[in-house]
Amino acid sequence: MVSALANILETNESGVLAKWLELLLTSANAGGGRIKEAELKAQCREFLTALRQALAADMGGDTDIQSDTFERVRDLLSDVSRSRAIQGFSPSETATFVFSLKQPIFELLRQFSQDALTLADESWRVTQVLDQLGLFTTEVYQKSREEVVARQQDEIAELSTPVVKLWDGILALPLIGTLDSARTQTVMETLLQSIVDQSAEIAIIDITGVPTVDTLVAQHLLKTIAAARLMGADCIVSGIRPQIAQTMVHLGVELNVVSKASLADALALALTRTGRAVVRVKTPIASTTSH
Amino acid sequence: MAVLKDDTLPIRTSEDVVRVRKEVRVQAIAAGFGIVDQTKIITAASELARNTLDYGGGGTARLELVQNGARKGLRLTFEDKGPGIPDLQLALTDGYTTGGGLGLGLSGAKRLSNEFDIHSVVGEGTRITIARWK
Amino acid sequence: MDRIPILKLGRALLVTVQVDMHDRLAMALEEDLSEKIVATNARGVLIDISGLEIVDSFMGRMLDNIAAVSRLLDADTVVVGMRPAVAITLVELGLSLTGVKTALNVDRGMALIGTGFGAHDGADDDGVGSEDTDGRVEG
Repeated sequence: MVSALANILETNESGVLAKWLELLLTSANAGGGRIKEAELKAQCREFLTALRQALAADMGGDTDIQSDTFERVRDLLSDVSRSRAIQGFSPSETATFVFSLKQPIFELLRQFSQDALTLADESWRVTQVLDQLGLFTTEVYQKSREEVVARQQDEIAELSTPVVKLWDGILALPLIGTLDSARTQTVMETLLQSIVDQSAEIAIIDITGVPTVDTLVAQHLLKTIAAARLMGADCIVSGIRPQIAQTMVHLGVELNVVSKASLADALALALTRTGRAVVRVKTPIASTTSH
Repeated sequence: MAVLKDDTLPIRTSEDVVRVRKEVRVQAIAAGFGIVDQTKIITAASELARNTLDYGGGGTARLELVQNGARKGLRLTFEDKGPGIPDLQLALTDGYTTGGGLGLGLSGAKRLSNEFDIHSVVGEGTRITIARWK
Repeated sequence: MDRIPILKLGRALLVTVQVDMHDRLAMALEEDLSEKIVATNARGVLIDISGLEIVDSFMGRMLDNIAAVSRLLDADTVVVGMRPAVAITLVELGLSLTGVKTALNVDRGMALIGTGFGAHDGADDDGVGSEDTDGRVEG
């Protein structure tokens, strides 16, 4: 048995398309303007065609959009939904893509039959299919947003942990901001990988920019230092501020590592340890006398 | 939560422990784990597989690739029909051992996983399930 | 049964672990090394684990044991080339291998052997310990 929806799409696809597009373009809720008309038109046309083909091939009668027959429809909707999620559309704007299809179809449904019972049955079936598709759109949207957020978190974490080379074999990691578990893991990995990449013997972890050090942060620092040691590199912690040092003592956190007041002091120690010394050239050379 | 892949490997010899590590690596890569997460779950699997062999007298390792929303993960279940663990609290304490090891097997595997569940009946056996999420 | 080969470099022994070892293989290595230290009168043992993708508590204990045994036999043990992910995991596992010295690569490890207590302080800027690696290689 062919459903009314299949029948309508079979006989009047272009009519539905025109009306649907008009609705999408005028509806404030469809995010009009952010998407090019030609692109929207192409999306709508492809979707309608795929839906018509799927419905024509759907023999079961109880239309299940998760079935293989609807694969192409789902793929198209996923693309639409995903691209909108990335472009910053709201969930309702994205779902409107499917739900606004209801109006043109219901209009044509009225002409489909005069019998109230048939009409009620067919309305129910149309609603079911479109609601399923709408929910599917929202689900994909949700998933895509989660992916976007996860990616941004990764990027932020990466940006906030620059490892700089101070000298041959001496690295510095200036930490700025609060350290949580997730970020500490990135910090650890970045630092340890840099140690390998640059064959660094000494890494200086500068915490001048870290506002508070609690037990957890201290533990993370200690783990990083222990891991570096296992790889064959030493760590020096620098820039522990007086209040932080006091808090740590009160908390009973023991940071049993080599620590120096400033990054400069730490660098001096690192140079000494690697058998180097910084000496002052006897008389500072004034740049104007050199030529 | 959907299970995308489900395998069970026997643990009878120390070569089987190596095989479990290898297979966990394959699944961890399939789950999209980064190198550190891979290493953590393989190490946890190695600890538990060795426990299954040494204390449980052998058993099985079940590897499941699971998906929960957008997140993929790995769920590993180690099961033996050995003597069981009389005092779980004690067995999970760092440094506690009955087998002359370092006593870090269970507690270490727990620290390396996001989820940890242990079920043990004296005289019947032990089942440990761990999961790690991407 | 397979064995992990032990090379003699000057007065040091070099073991490069490249395969995922099963436990008996690891135990055999521990035995072989102890005998070889005495037989060759070696001053140090370098264990290159840059090829290892994991070190679990069993292998960690093996490294600790090798270090303890060689210390009794008057030789230093240096574990060389541990990968970052392996190091992070070992720390999380609760193992710190306090008894063993560590180095980033074989050259640096060579320089550490026989240089007293402080780690990493025997390294030059370039060509670290190159004369040591010229030693004859014996099976």
